[in-house]
Amino acid sequence: MSGLFAIEGLDVAIHGTPILKGVSLEIARGETFGLVGESGSGKSMTALAAMQLLPHGAQARGRILLDGADVLSLSEAAMCRLRGRRIGMVFQEPMTALNPVKTIGEQIAEGLVLHLRLSRADAMERARQLLDRVGLTRAKVAPERFPHQLSGGQRQRVVIAMAIACRPDLLIADEPTTALDVTIQAQILSLIREIADTEKMGCLLISHDLAVVAEMADRVAIMKDGEIVESGRTAALFANLQHPYSKALMAASNHVPKRPKGPPRTPASHGTLPILSVRELVRSYPQPRRSIFRAAEPFIAVDKVSFEIRAGQSVGLVGESGCGKSTLARALLGLEAPNGGTIEVLGQDPNAARGATREAVHRAVQVVFQDPYGSFNPRHRIGRVVAEPLHLLRGEISAREMRERVAEALVEVGLSEADMAKYPHEFSGGQRQRVAIARALVTRPKLIVADEPVSALDVSIRAQILDLFADLRARHGLAYLFISHDLSVVRAITDDVMVMNGGKIVERGKTARVFDHPRHPYTRMLVAAAPRLADALAIRAAIEDERTGP
Amino acid sequence: MLVYAAKRFAGLAATLLVATALVFLVLEVIPGDPAQVMLGINAQEDTLAALRSQMGLDRPAWLRYLDWITGFASGDLGTSYTYSVPVADLVAARITVSLPLALLALALSTLIAIPVGVYAASKRGHWQDSGIMALTQVGIAIPNFWFAMLLVFVFAVTLRLVPSGGFPGWEAGIWPALKALMLPAVALALPQAAILARVMRSSLIDALHEDYVRTARAKGLTRTAVLWRHAVRNALIPVLTILGLQFSFLIAGTIIIENVFYLPGLGRLIFQAITQRDLIVVKSVVVLLVASVILVTFLVDLAYALVDPRLRRH
Repeated sequence: MSGLFAIEGLDVAIHGTPILKGVSLEIARGETFGLVGESGSGKSMTALAAMQLLPHGAQARGRILLDGADVLSLSEAAMCRLRGRRIGMVFQEPMTALNPVKTIGEQIAEGLVLHLRLSRADAMERARQLLDRVGLTRAKVAPERFPHQLSGGQRQRVVIAMAIACRPDLLIADEPTTALDVTIQAQILSLIREIADTEKMGCLLISHDLAVVAEMADRVAIMKDGEIVESGRTAALFANLQHPYSKALMAASNHVPKRPKGPPRTPASHGTLPILSVRELVRSYPQPRRSIFRAAEPFIAVDKVSFEIRAGQSVGLVGESGCGKSTLARALLGLEAPNGGTIEVLGQDPNAARGATREAVHRAVQVVFQDPYGSFNPRHRIGRVVAEPLHLLRGEISAREMRERVAEALVEVGLSEADMAKYPHEFSGGQRQRVAIARALVTRPKLIVADEPVSALDVSIRAQILDLFADLRARHGLAYLFISHDLSVVRAITDDVMVMNGGKIVERGKTARVFDHPRHPYTRMLVAAAPRLADALAIRAAIEDERTGP
Repeated sequence: MLVYAAKRFAGLAATLLVATALVFLVLEVIPGDPAQVMLGINAQEDTLAALRSQMGLDRPAWLRYLDWITGFASGDLGTSYTYSVPVADLVAARITVSLPLALLALALSTLIAIPVGVYAASKRGHWQDSGIMALTQVGIAIPNFWFAMLLVFVFAVTLRLVPSGGFPGWEAGIWPALKALMLPAVALALPQAAILARVMRSSLIDALHEDYVRTARAKGLTRTAVLWRHAVRNALIPVLTILGLQFSFLIAGTIIIENVFYLPGLGRLIFQAITQRDLIVVKSVVVLLVASVILVTFLVDLAYALVDPRLRRH
C-alpha cells in the first residue's frame, strides 16, 4: 500500500492557545481512516488544517503530506488549485452546507468549470451524471432544483456529489451523518464507502460515533484534547484498548444506567389512575391550497394516537424526523391544542382545566428539551431559570420556600446552591442539561417529557445524564416519556417503547422485545439501520482476520 | 412566481385603498368644515359658500370620497384653490423634476453603497474597513439640508461647476437639467448611501460566516470568488429591505432639499400647498407620494423573489 496522505507532528494554535498537539496519521489509497473523539477534541481542526481552511488567527506547524508534497508550505493560490481537485470535503450540516440561492446543478458544476476547465454546458451534463452517481436520478431530483426543495439526506448526497466531482484522491467526511436519521445515515455511509472503494480514494472519516467508525473505517485514531491517544487497525484496537480515555469512551458508548428491578417506589396517593392518558389524539396543520378550486388538505402530523403512562413508568417514543413525535410532545404539554381526541393528565383535560386545577395539571407534567442552551433566557441567572415553573405554585409557597426549592432541585441534579447566581453561558453542555432537569423537577412533577434530552451531548456526558434520569426515577418514582431518534438511548433508559411513523404508532411493547424481535416492517428497518458497535466490530474483525490470515 | 407577484399586487391595491381613505378622513372629514380650514377664521361668508359648493361639501362624505377616487383613476384631481388650475397639470409639471431626482438619488446611493459595503466587508478589521465605517458614521450624522448647503458652497459658489439652485426645465436640454439635479441628488443620496453601505457590510459579514461559504472554499474557490459568487447575493435581502424603506425617507427628503435648491418639484408643491392650506392639492399629492412608496415596496418584494428562490413559493 502506498501512503497517499500523511500528517506528521501537526501542531495548531489559535491566537497562541494550542488546539492540536503533535497529531500524526497516515492514510493509504483506498483506505478509510476513522478519527474519533468528543466535541472539542480537535477532529474538525485536523480536517480544516489539511484543507488549509483553519479559522482566522490559527497557526499550523508540522507537515501535511499529499503524495509526498507538503500542503502546509503551499501558497493560497496553489491551495485553491488543490482544494476540491485533490481533496474533497463533506460537511456535517447538509441543511446549511449548500448555497440557498443557487441550483444544485450550478453548485456541482462550479468546481468542474474551475478545476477541469469544462465548458458550462459540459459541466452541467457532468453534474447530472454525478447526481445519478449519488442516487439522485433525474426523474427524482433535477439539477435545476434549489437546496430548499430537497430533504436533508438528499442535500447530503448533493454535497457528496460536489466533493467527488473532480475525482479527488482524498475524501474528508466530517461527521457526514450526524444530522441525519438512522435509515438515511445507513444509506449515506454505504454511498461513501462504495464511492471510496470504486474510485480508490483515501477517506478520512471524522465522527463522534464509535459504531459508525467501527462500521466504516479500516483504521482508527482516538483523539482527546488535541492529541491522538491511541490508534491502530479497527477491530484489533477496539479489542485491546490501552489508554484510559479510550476505555472510558468505549464504556460510555455502551453505558446502561443501573435501574432497580421491579417497579420503582410509587407515591401511594395515585393508586392505579394513569398520570397521562391519551385517546385517539389528532393534530393536523393546514397546508397551502394546491388549486383555488380545491379545499386545502390538512397535513396530519399525529394520527389517532392512544397510550397511557402510569406512575413510575418509563416509556420511550422513537421515530425519525418528521414522524410527529415532537408534535405529539407539544400537544401533551398543552403548547398546542389537539384537533381531535383527548388528553388527560391525572384525569383532567389540560386544555380545558382552569384555575387551580389547571395549575395542578401543568405542575404534574414538566419537560426537558434537546438544546438546553436554546431553552434558557441568556440574561437570566440560573436561580431564576430554574424557578420559572414555580409560578404554577403562586400563593402556595413563600419566596423563601421558592429559593429553597430551587436550591434543592439544583442539588438533586448534582449542582450546588451557589450555581443559582450564575448565568447559562457559564455552564458546560452537560451542566446545562442538568439545569434543565432541575427546572423540570422544581414543581415536583409526576411525569417528565424528555424530548431528545441527550442528543446534543458527548457520550461520556450522555452516560452521566442517563444515570441521573435513572437515579431520579428510583428516588422519586418519576414517570418518563423519552422521545428520541437514538435507539440505544431508548433501550438504555425505558421499559416500554412506542415506534412512531407517519403520525401513527406502528408498534409498541416492552423495549427489549421490540428492539430484539421487531414485528412491524418499519421497526425492523429502523433497528437494522441503527449501527451497533458490537456487530460492526465482529464484522470488522472477520475482515481483518481474512486479510492477515494464511 | 406569478402567484407570488399577483398576491403582492393585490396587497398593494388594498394598501392604496386604505391610504386614500385615511388621507380623505384626515383632511376632509375630521376638520368638520374643510372650507373653513382652507380660508381661515376671518373668511367672508360668501367666499366660504362658494368654496363649499366648489368642493361639493353639501354632499355626504362617502359620495365625495367615491367621486375623488374615481376622478383620481381617470386623472381628474380637482382644481387647486390657490393656483386655480387643475391639480393634475400642477402635478404633471412637477413630477418631471421630482421623479428624476428621486431615481437619481436612489441610483447614486445604491451604486455607492454596494461596492463600498462589499469592499469594507472584504477588508474586515483592516484600516480600510475602519476608515469606511468612520466615514459612514459621519454620513449618517449629518442632516441632508446642511450637507446640501455645504455642497452648494463648495461646488456652486466656490468652484462654480454647477448652478446653486433652480431648474432650467427639460426643454433647456438634458445636460443642463441633469446638472441642476446633480447637487440635490448627491445631498439626498449620500446619507442614504452611508446607511446602506453599513447594512451591506454587516449582512455580507454574516453571509461570509455561513456554512455554504466554507463549502465553496472547499471546492477550491478563492476568497474573492466566494465573496462575489456566493455571499453577495445572499447578503442582498436585508439590503433590499432597507433600500425599500429608504425610498420613503427619500421622498420626505425631497421636500426639504427641493426647498433648499429652489427646485419646482412635488416636494416644494406640497410644502407650498400646506402653507397656503390648499387641501385639494395636499390630498392629491400625498396620495401620489403614498402610491409611489407602495409601488416601490411592491418592486422590492418582486426583487426578493428574484434574489431568493425560497420566497417564490409563497
